[in-house]
Amino acid sequence: MKEKARILEKEGIARTLVRVAHEILEKNKGTKGLCLVGIRSRGAFLAKRLCDCIESIEHVRVAVGILDITLYRDDLTLLAAQPQVHKTEIDFDITDQHLILVDDVLYTGRTVRAALDALIDFGRPKAIQLAVLVDRGHRELPIRADFVGKNIPTACNETVEVRLEEVDGKDEVVIVEKNG
Amino acid sequence: MAETIPWTKKDLLGLEDLQKEEIVLILDTADSFKEVSSREIKKVPALRGRTVVNLFYEPSTRTRVSFEVAAKRLSADVINIASETSSVRKGETLIDTGTNIEALKVDIIVVRHNYSGAAAMLAGHLKASVVNAGDGWHEHPTQALLDIFTLREKLGRIEGLRVSIVGDIAHSRVARSNIWGLLKLGAKVTVCAPPMLIPAAIEETGVRVTHSIDEALCDADAVNVLRMQFERDEEDAFPRQLEYFKNFGITKERLANAKKGIIVMHPGPINRGVEMSSEVADGAHSVILEQVTNGIAVRMAVLFLVAQGNENIKDANTD
Amino acid sequence: MRILIKGGRVIDPANSLDGVLDILVDSGVVAKVAKNIRPNGFQVIDAADQIVIPGLVDMHVHLREPGREDKETITSGTMAALKGGVTSMAAMPNTCPCIDSPEQVVLLRKIIAQSASANVYITAAITKGRSGLALTDIEGLKEQGVIALSDDGSSVDSEELMRAALQRSKKAGIVVICHCEDKTLSRNGSVNLGIVSTRLGLKGISKESEYLRVARDIDLAQEIDAPIHITHVSCQESVTRIAEAKKKGIKVTADTAPHYFTLSQEALQGFDTNMKMNPPLRTKSDVAAIRQGLRDGTIDTIASDHAPHTENEKEIEFERAEFGVIGLETELAVGITELVHTGILGWQELVAKLTCNPARILGIAKGTLSVGADADIAVVSPDKEWVVEKHGFLSRSKNSCFLNRTLKGYVVCTICGGKIAYRH
Repeated sequence: MKEKARILEKEGIARTLVRVAHEILEKNKGTKGLCLVGIRSRGAFLAKRLCDCIESIEHVRVAVGILDITLYRDDLTLLAAQPQVHKTEIDFDITDQHLILVDDVLYTGRTVRAALDALIDFGRPKAIQLAVLVDRGHRELPIRADFVGKNIPTACNETVEVRLEEVDGKDEVVIVEKNG
Repeated sequence: MAETIPWTKKDLLGLEDLQKEEIVLILDTADSFKEVSSREIKKVPALRGRTVVNLFYEPSTRTRVSFEVAAKRLSADVINIASETSSVRKGETLIDTGTNIEALKVDIIVVRHNYSGAAAMLAGHLKASVVNAGDGWHEHPTQALLDIFTLREKLGRIEGLRVSIVGDIAHSRVARSNIWGLLKLGAKVTVCAPPMLIPAAIEETGVRVTHSIDEALCDADAVNVLRMQFERDEEDAFPRQLEYFKNFGITKERLANAKKGIIVMHPGPINRGVEMSSEVADGAHSVILEQVTNGIAVRMAVLFLVAQGNENIKDANTD
Repeated sequence: MRILIKGGRVIDPANSLDGVLDILVDSGVVAKVAKNIRPNGFQVIDAADQIVIPGLVDMHVHLREPGREDKETITSGTMAALKGGVTSMAAMPNTCPCIDSPEQVVLLRKIIAQSASANVYITAAITKGRSGLALTDIEGLKEQGVIALSDDGSSVDSEELMRAALQRSKKAGIVVICHCEDKTLSRNGSVNLGIVSTRLGLKGISKESEYLRVARDIDLAQEIDAPIHITHVSCQESVTRIAEAKKKGIKVTADTAPHYFTLSQEALQGFDTNMKMNPPLRTKSDVAAIRQGLRDGTIDTIASDHAPHTENEKEIEFERAEFGVIGLETELAVGITELVHTGILGWQELVAKLTCNPARILGIAKGTLSVGADADIAVVSPDKEWVVEKHGFLSRSKNSCFLNRTLKGYVVCTICGGKIAYRH
């Protein structure tokens, strides 16, 4: 793995999230009926940060949940890199809510597909919108994001890594090149 | 927090073969699965399209149902094959039965068998995952895992706990699996039974042996009370029911001398008035029904992990 | 046919011989043992760097014929024997039907004459049907050429009957081979009683079930002054009792099998039915005691207890699987690997335990390279390593406890009755 380019740093990520928060509020006309659900693991932290941004803009704290989509994936195999199943923590009713699904990188769309399946098992939201920090293209399913922090076109041998202070010790978005 | 390691095995045959980290992984995974059973829609598609066969050579209701519910909550298809008569009388060998089931493209076989080592033998001959649901006197790993899961949930840890196992240790697969699991996780284990129900050289595993129920109870954080299988009774040395209750039964009076928060477990079904009094079985110390609930989460975790482990093995072979 | 075995290290414990010598075989017997015999038109076997020993005498073999030809036959069993360097063996009587009458012996001798490619001697039962209830016609059996008596697989539980058997066997001049097991103590067990039986959840076979019966049989041998031979000694306590008896001058001899000086109960982990035998694999300290017993002479001989079983009888639930393992094709190599290469026994001692000692106990003129003796000879490559594999066995059955093990020492040629009977 070789680091090829640094796209965003701490301040850049912060500014992007503030912008996305504004877009979410604009589109949903405020915080009424709004809730956030982040996909484990980095999506969960981004959802929490968006919630903070929304609070500082609107002075209202919207509900935030965490979704573990491991059990909804269409492949058991790829889990090798992700050894453990974690809990889903959505302790509020999502029915009739405007639910913002949050993830770090949108790529093939399979994770979002799994997340949608999982959410439907929890209730019937009025609408589900997707917010991602990075869209890197290469979709394999008819899925698009409603809110995109940054579009980063990538080659197939590249991946985008979002690093967050909560897990990785610092905030940054980088493109890395896969070996071979 | 213990280092997490990925699950790499296709089978779960016993706890003696597992590392501490693997046991912790099952327990942590079960923790996540417990949430699924609390939802309104108690189902996830993790094992959708996969088939689980419950192959039971011994009569069993609770273990079989628990595995069935666990598999169904993972969206697997479940087939129950119960052979009330033993495999011996059926004529077909266990391996033939296993390969025939495998030819139906089954992914996981959950097997309960009256002979020790049967699950291991099946696993060695099949590519499908095998989960041991109890083999002879050997092991009953998912029962021990749910016991340990319940203990961990109640007391927050296993390391350093004192756990006493009371009853027919000699003929108990539940006892053996509990001993391995608890010792690996750092508990101090005492086994308590009349001398003829203590198996040879058991102290070499690292457990303490006592024949006094009061000694077993006095410093224990938890007591796991085994079912006395009086129907077995081939051994002439087997004690009578009343005599057993008098000497080893768990009663309110005996618990009064134990630690205040002592936890009472039982794998079920209970012989009320033999292994413990009804008062104790239904009392504040008892976590017997929670064990049943936790059994689902633990078995979901096990089914999920062995399926995943087998996928990884298959992938490695095709590379 | 004349065969010259040239340049090998000849080890013949019966004659205390150990040196680089040539052996000339002529008309079925050893004609000459000397240095530099000139190859005068003989067939020459180059034995340079090889060890040349008398063909092995295995006093405990189950050839299964008549009755269980699916497991082994006289033909396959003797071929397997030759591959292992064994040229003489005593067949145990637990066949179907049991060899318990002179008539049965006559029939068996006929089969042997037709199909054996090595020397097969007959051990007959002590009691009719090996039931422990009534003695066989010991004198009649002896007359038909039976060389030993044994109820192998069972012990004669009745002390009274065993006493009578020893009185009559003594008079007839025939040795009794004792399978020492008190089944009221070992009942339904399948592995050694102890931590391993506990861990595996299997019923255990206690050592008491063996050594208490060893002690009883020794007491009877002493009382009657009759020779007995204790077979497949597996535990320390038995070794101790045999050593004490020998010190007292009681006519007791003993053998053990290669697995008892090689494997301990830990091999059972994983429920491998090829590790299931009776008596069971014992503890590591028992293995050490058996090795010590071999070293100090308490244990006179090594016998394979070759017990072939079909896969159907082994690839089943552990407790249902048959007891026993095959051993004819591995006993010499295991002996060399585990006893000679480890320094426990010298070549002379190992070869004696496999040749002249069992021949002496059975009273047969075998197990030596004396001039005039039957030319039963094994040529062995002492350092050659090989891996025990299922498909390599000539035995009909493949139930070896040494599968996948690397052994040192390989039989390259076996001569039986003056003819090359096996050549690698």
